[in-house]
Amino acid sequence: MSALYTEGAPLHDASAPAGPLKERWDARRFDAKLVNPVNRRALSVIVVGTGLAGASAAATLGEGGYRVKSFCYQDSPRRAHSIAAQGGINAAKNYRNDGDSVQRLFYDTIKGGDFRSRESNVYRLAQVSSAIIDQCVAQGVPFAREYGGLLDNRSFGGVQVSRTFYARGQTGQQLLLGAYQALERQVAAGTVEVFTRHEMLDLIVIDGKARGVAVRDMVTGDIETHVADAVVLASGGYGNVFYLSTNAMGCNVTASWRAHRHGALFANPCFTQIHPTCIPVSGDSQSKLTLMSESLRNDGRIWVPVAPGDERAPRDIPEAERDYFLERLYPSYGNLVTRDVASRAVKSICDGGLGVGPGARGVYLDLTDAITRFGKVAIEAKYGNLFDMYRQITGENPYEVPMRIYPAVHYTMGGLWVDYDLQSTIPGLFVVGEANFSDHGANRLGASALMQGLADGYFVLPNTIANYLATNPRPAGMDESHPEATRTANALRDRIQALLAINGQRTVDSFHKELGHILWEKCGMERTAEGLTEAIEQVRKLRTEFWGNVKVTGENEELNQTLERAGRVADFFELAELMCIDALHRTESCGGHFRAESQTDDGEALRDDENFAYVAAWGFAGDGNPPVLRKERLEFDSVTMTQRSYK
Amino acid sequence: MNLTLRIWRQKDDRDTGRMVTYSVEQVSPDMSFLEMLDVLNEQLTLSGDEPVAFDSDCREGVCGACSLVINGIAHGPEALTAVCQLHMRHFSDGDVIDVEPWRADPFPIVKDLVVDRSAMDRIIQAGGYITAPTGAAPDAHATLVPKANADRAFDAAVCIGCGACVAACPNGSAMLFTGAKASHLGSLPQGQPERDSRAMAMITQHDAEGFGGCTQIGECAAVCPVGVPLHVISQLKSDGLSALRPKRT
Repeated sequence: MSALYTEGAPLHDASAPAGPLKERWDARRFDAKLVNPVNRRALSVIVVGTGLAGASAAATLGEGGYRVKSFCYQDSPRRAHSIAAQGGINAAKNYRNDGDSVQRLFYDTIKGGDFRSRESNVYRLAQVSSAIIDQCVAQGVPFAREYGGLLDNRSFGGVQVSRTFYARGQTGQQLLLGAYQALERQVAAGTVEVFTRHEMLDLIVIDGKARGVAVRDMVTGDIETHVADAVVLASGGYGNVFYLSTNAMGCNVTASWRAHRHGALFANPCFTQIHPTCIPVSGDSQSKLTLMSESLRNDGRIWVPVAPGDERAPRDIPEAERDYFLERLYPSYGNLVTRDVASRAVKSICDGGLGVGPGARGVYLDLTDAITRFGKVAIEAKYGNLFDMYRQITGENPYEVPMRIYPAVHYTMGGLWVDYDLQSTIPGLFVVGEANFSDHGANRLGASALMQGLADGYFVLPNTIANYLATNPRPAGMDESHPEATRTANALRDRIQALLAINGQRTVDSFHKELGHILWEKCGMERTAEGLTEAIEQVRKLRTEFWGNVKVTGENEELNQTLERAGRVADFFELAELMCIDALHRTESCGGHFRAESQTDDGEALRDDENFAYVAAWGFAGDGNPPVLRKERLEFDSVTMTQRSYK
Repeated sequence: MNLTLRIWRQKDDRDTGRMVTYSVEQVSPDMSFLEMLDVLNEQLTLSGDEPVAFDSDCREGVCGACSLVINGIAHGPEALTAVCQLHMRHFSDGDVIDVEPWRADPFPIVKDLVVDRSAMDRIIQAGGYITAPTGAAPDAHATLVPKANADRAFDAAVCIGCGACVAACPNGSAMLFTGAKASHLGSLPQGQPERDSRAMAMITQHDAEGFGGCTQIGECAAVCPVGVPLHVISQLKSDGLSALRPKRT
């Protein structure tokens, strides 16, 4: 395996303050340098992506008085894929008086992540969680309320308290619209300029610091460069490397990957989350998978018939002939075990030939009991939009027939390595939201992605970036005429022409589907050394074929969706190889990373804390050279690492 | 099933555009309409033709990117369904299906079925927000919101900003979109201080963008994929008129 990577010097987070966990965020903010309000107008920040993290960061930086340029590939910032998050957002408000606290949210997140995230970052996340809810309510986010006018809460997987705030099944939409409106308010105020249908295709690094981006105007094909004092990536996760995922069609890794190629370390790329409750795949031309919110597991029971191949309609199968396998296997958490545990259980049931629906790749998610207990009206109020969506996609009525679900790629815990300030290993390049790696370890808890995106964007980054801007303004006169900006733009034009010139026999999507299939089979819910080794070879071969045989129609100087996809898939190939190398080197199981060779007697993930309690941060060593592994050892001062158990 | 598609093709905003006929075979009823177009595009690519450009992103009915007029109806024949959630089981073998972009002056065509909807962002910029800078918020429970108000706000807040309302309206009006935001924010206690000025600012921008006036025809609410109710327009106009009334000092 040594040929696959080399090992570099250990990595250390130099910006994390020492001292008691509870006081670190205060300490960091106090130590950080500030920028005088009158000086902020002279400082500019580029924010790539307009999801929860990007829109909230851009709006807040604009409010603070910085000059902000915001970029998104969609036709409006409101369409970023945070919009599709359904279930909710966690906060340690303890409004239910059920024993919740900052400490408990912190602990649940660390434990849920299977002890592969950083204590300092996660504690801060829990600390700022309450302020997020306050902020969103002030913006007019219509959270669910009780009759007395107070906010309602629900519980979510992997925890035993009710700390999740929600807006029917459209929480992400409502939070994103809140952030989007704050962003548009700053556009009107003249502090933020939004560039829609502009895709970041490279980072501009000058004298070792991130000073700008190269983007393609997706309508005209013009390659533009934008230079600023700092760059923030809020470009989301890389789940679309699997082709089929719950991500939006356009989600991609290009912004992160291009930064990686410039020296930003990529951390834990193999930590991907397979969500247990998605609508099963129905055919070969399927373009994406749709999630059914985990919140349904609050009121829904997951089961399969006891007898394999039972052809009866689900309602005709008596209770005694059903296996509520999550309740059986995990009596204390039941249907609310963490996502990784639930997904593997579903896969294992289906692998055993007990699945239902086409190809026996599905299990029932049944709300019959809840409908009987609470009435159809109450269930409709809670989950109506999800039921409608299920019916539209499958043609089946979930009020009458139990839904069928199967796991699907949903979220990526890995991402660009950042320090406590959310700064990558390239000075001046900050990474927020799903694009960074920092808070969720090897598995993310439900309703924590929205929390992290907004924590980073509203409260963390605007504080920490000031420290950088105060000490590292760009030298006078450095602008788009800098030779490095020109060089970056020219290299980008060459790459685009190279893609257009191939004119081969296969479509971009056919390559993407094949790549996704390799990863799903060999770097998905269960991984083995043998499978991963094969996958690396297959990915390399396919990548070589791609560069010799892909067919990209049209030209650059127009709206060209095929060209857009080709560039993204080209970067996915490189990422896919790194994911497999990361998964292969981590011979332990943890969270969503399940190595078949490392499991307990009853088939649960078996960690190896002695050898793997570290963040695997990978450095790019040039095309054709093996990546360099740098380890950041994880220290746990406040929690004891335990074998996770949800039994 | 086998289908005949007649699709609007237009190279860019200077081209005049035309309907072009294509056939797609072996369409599965479980495909979404957009997946059927993906299949067509794969065919076109392999035969060296230019694929059809259309907007889509989340493909689960919530981002608002998809924007097709199918057989003359914005988002197609199924009520309360964005075109990305429209499945081919609603069509039959041998159907001839017309596919066109949103058509309205404030939505210039970019290419084929892709239009420029930035006018809607500018309406939000004009006032579609509550002024609440980060960090200035009181505790979330400091203000009670009666459930009825929260629900009314939510019913309007579900707007996905797709612009189907404009495409369907004979006047090319964006009043349902604008009213949804006014009604969402204006139904909440947090939105009261700016309620009237917000409505007026958004109406003014709406008109400046070239959207037409509302004559309460209701085509907008009929095609809205998320069921934004027509009465949001009444609230928009009522709030806008309030802005004109002299205020006591």
